[in-house]
Amino acid sequence: MSDYLVEVEDLKMYYPVRAGFKTIPAKAVDGVSFKIKKGETLGLVGESGCGKTTVGRTMLHLYKPTGGRVIFDGEEVTEQNIHQMRKRMQMVFQDPYSSLNPRMTVEDIIGEPLDVHHLYANRNERRERILELMETVGLNAEHATRYAHEFSGGQRQRIGIARALAVKPDFIVCDEPVSALDVSIQAQVINMFEELQEKLGVTYLFIAHDLLVVHHISDRIAVMYLGHMVEIGDADEINNNPLHPYTQSLISAVPIPDPKIARAQKRIVLEGDVPSATNKPSGCPFRTRCRFATEQCAAERPELTDRGNGHLVACWNK
Amino acid sequence: MSEVLLSVQNLHTSFFTDNGEVRAVNGVSFDLDRGETLGIVGESGSGKSVTAYSIMQILADTAKITEGHVLYKGQDLTTWDHKQMSSFRGKACSIIFQDPMTSLNPVFTVGNQLEEAIKLHTNRKGDEVKARAVEMLELVGINEPERRVKQYPFELSGGMRQRVMIAMALACEPDILIADEPTTALDVTIQAQILELIQDLQKKLGMAVILVTHDLGVIAQLCDNIVVMYGGRICERGTANEIFYNAKHEYTKGLLRSIPTGQNLNSKLIPIGGTPINMLNLPKGCAFCPRCDAAMKICLSEIPDELWINENHKAACWMNVKSGEGKEEL
Repeated sequence: MSDYLVEVEDLKMYYPVRAGFKTIPAKAVDGVSFKIKKGETLGLVGESGCGKTTVGRTMLHLYKPTGGRVIFDGEEVTEQNIHQMRKRMQMVFQDPYSSLNPRMTVEDIIGEPLDVHHLYANRNERRERILELMETVGLNAEHATRYAHEFSGGQRQRIGIARALAVKPDFIVCDEPVSALDVSIQAQVINMFEELQEKLGVTYLFIAHDLLVVHHISDRIAVMYLGHMVEIGDADEINNNPLHPYTQSLISAVPIPDPKIARAQKRIVLEGDVPSATNKPSGCPFRTRCRFATEQCAAERPELTDRGNGHLVACWNK
Repeated sequence: MSEVLLSVQNLHTSFFTDNGEVRAVNGVSFDLDRGETLGIVGESGSGKSVTAYSIMQILADTAKITEGHVLYKGQDLTTWDHKQMSSFRGKACSIIFQDPMTSLNPVFTVGNQLEEAIKLHTNRKGDEVKARAVEMLELVGINEPERRVKQYPFELSGGMRQRVMIAMALACEPDILIADEPTTALDVTIQAQILELIQDLQKKLGMAVILVTHDLGVIAQLCDNIVVMYGGRICERGTANEIFYNAKHEYTKGLLRSIPTGQNLNSKLIPIGGTPINMLNLPKGCAFCPRCDAAMKICLSEIPDELWINENHKAACWMNVKSGEGKEEL
């Protein structure tokens, strides 16, 4: 048995975009490979439009991948077995306002995965399991018959997490689960993710754009840019010793909530914006904004190579 | 002695809704000096944006300033009529909003929208107006400004649109720039660009900036002085160093403990319990007391006054009365 729970190999997801009479592909995810160990949290960061959400959704076949494979616990995820696989792989969505059906009670929202997978023998067992889940995520059992709109953002996110936990999954894709929450509530939800991992041993893919949050919760961090993985490694290593120029500027741009550090911080400010996924630069996707770009970068795309201790970087110059 | 440019005094703003009066701002006072950067920090519903909108008087129809004064160079804005306010907005005080996608008009070119502000508030005419628009775009770091003025907002990226917003806000060289969550909708690398731009322009043009945000990182980077709001009131104010290193209000302390800083990696975050405040049903005493671990009997019934901690720092918390740290006067 391998140590890896999830292995993603050369995953591709192209969206068709209509341009005049032609349809051209927007290469949202363009050949991404990574592995996630059992019980670890892999943080996935990058700017909006870099394909991080698409990676998470494609892994669960919420989108049909254009190419590549996802291997979960030794078995390839396919169109045929995805229904069974979702018993073990679940997702928590970003927006707790739109990801819960407003016409269902909390009980039915959390109970739906149980219904779908026939995970109870009778109604009593179903109810017990739902109340148990609500307790796990810190919701009051009296609230089972309420509707989602009666809850605050943080509580709604708890409902979403309880729904994901209902099938006792081994792996949860958390797609920006705290971005929509108030600062004072974020910590509650982050702590809950950590506690659930300790208690249930679940593995997370934690997608977020807030690097401080990702650094806090993750064991390892993967950095994406324009559909490609540019760097992956141990969370502290990525933060203290980023090698890819993109990661370097990303980390230097994070405003640290401490005036002395924030004012002494040296920022590497990137010029310009992320290029379009329909019209990517040749070679290295980052070269148009990179300080170190050379001719080689335009000619050929660098692959991820190991720089020791599992720290992988895709860059010609570093 | 620094000069007080804007003085907000005991401001109360309420929304009159079907469910009753929502007191969004409950007696907020602060002074803004020329060239100062003041940060207003708080979570959603704390009244930070409504305070900013009240200064500009761009509130929704259901909202009204019910009490208090806003003095600009000694003149009370709350007594000004519509016409006078129009000349204040844009010329003396400008605002940039959170969402650059929706705050630009999609059916006019960038140039049209920039020129409108310039025509309204300056004596420039014809080609001078156009030249000024191009100059402003150049100032905010947009390349090929001559081409950009002819483009529509949808042709620009988010960061670029926010730059256009800033150009528009600064076109008439206001004394005050209010930035309401200027970078919340942007990515970190673009956020760094925009924050740097605001800092540069402030140095160049010498304006005062009010930065409204919930992001303590942004506040730490930019602000000289900080006002922390909760439930429509100011709970703590002081210099950046005082607020971050010597917080005296339980809410500020809790907020600082609950965010990941990059330093507290191995320890669990300490969250603030409970749920955000319901503004329709404000507690009788301190607004934060239902979520406060240190709450005492008096917190339930009486609203604490802001007391001096030292000459750069004030906090409104009964704990400081108990410990004797807070003083009525220095």
